[in-house]
Amino acid sequence: MSEASFTMIEDGKAAPITVSVDGSVVRFETAPVLSALGWNQKPEGLCQGDVCIPISNRPELITEQGLDLVALGDVLGRPVAIDAAESVVSIGAPTDAHGDELLGGRAPDFTLPDLTGKEFSLSSFKGKKVLLIAYASW
Amino acid sequence: MWQALYEELGDEGFVPITIALDESAEAAKPYIEKAEPTHPSLIDTEHVVAHRYGMINVPTVVWIDEEGRVVRPNAAEYGSDMFLQFHGRESGPFLEAVRAWVKTGEVATDEMVPSTMPPPTADEEMARAEWAIAWFLHQRGDSVAAAQHFDRAGELSPDDWTIRRGSMPIRGQNPMGPEFFELAKDWESRGKLGYADMAARRRSD
Repeated sequence: MSEASFTMIEDGKAAPITVSVDGSVVRFETAPVLSALGWNQKPEGLCQGDVCIPISNRPELITEQGLDLVALGDVLGRPVAIDAAESVVSIGAPTDAHGDELLGGRAPDFTLPDLTGKEFSLSSFKGKKVLLIAYASW
Repeated sequence: MWQALYEELGDEGFVPITIALDESAEAAKPYIEKAEPTHPSLIDTEHVVAHRYGMINVPTVVWIDEEGRVVRPNAAEYGSDMFLQFHGRESGPFLEAVRAWVKTGEVATDEMVPSTMPPPTADEEMARAEWAIAWFLHQRGDSVAAAQHFDRAGELSPDDWTIRRGSMPIRGQNPMGPEFFELAKDWESRGKLGYADMAARRRSD
């Protein structure tokens, strides 16, 4: 077993994360991953505010060697794509939360730059009727 | 075109926000400079908006009211008839519907526009996660490794043009070239999925 560093991509941000590698098994350092995803490990399970997901039925999820990230993605409803050869892992959006927003008809907020680098957020246009137009040169 | 609409309706509480789903500001720059927009004209190299709104192609237009609610979701709409022969969707009725919405608040329904846009399926979400890896590897200079993840993203979400065609310029492919025609043929063979079909498919997933 050896230590290595991966890049973890989540919500457009890339950050280094320590992993332990044992043959083909990669386990991620537990605390930084949970913190990046907004969850705490408590005796009752993985918690976010008042919501806790019991994990006692998944003894392999978190061990002393670290976290099984694909299994965690399963528990949290988030897709996890890994490229072990390139030491990169990408954690997709929480499917449920994303779905609730779209199904509830709320316009997801975003912040993006213009050509000069000036940033705009959709939320700053409250009070106006906005026509969002996505296009591309391709 | 959107600039003209802004000049016409901007005083009535209306603002268009155009978003280029391009791989760099440079790629979008000629289009933006030609349009000379005074409304927000933004660059989305990481396809944040495509992801959050479950978009599968461009152009995609979404109507958002004063309270930040989507009142008419994802649809392929055009501000002019310049490419009418390719897509067959006239701009006139759409622009009239936008004017009516701004002036009266009434949102016209349309058979090509789903009533709500259901969220992406698990496979589509995984495709976005693969896309994020591909984009990261590409920026790091690993184009061969990136290509595998672009391919994987396309396999997971084969009707998503923002993934399949949107990655072509990044991969050094011509988005009007042979790869495009191959993609178009593949899309046709699976039933030419548009937003109304996509909404139905996501609902049944």
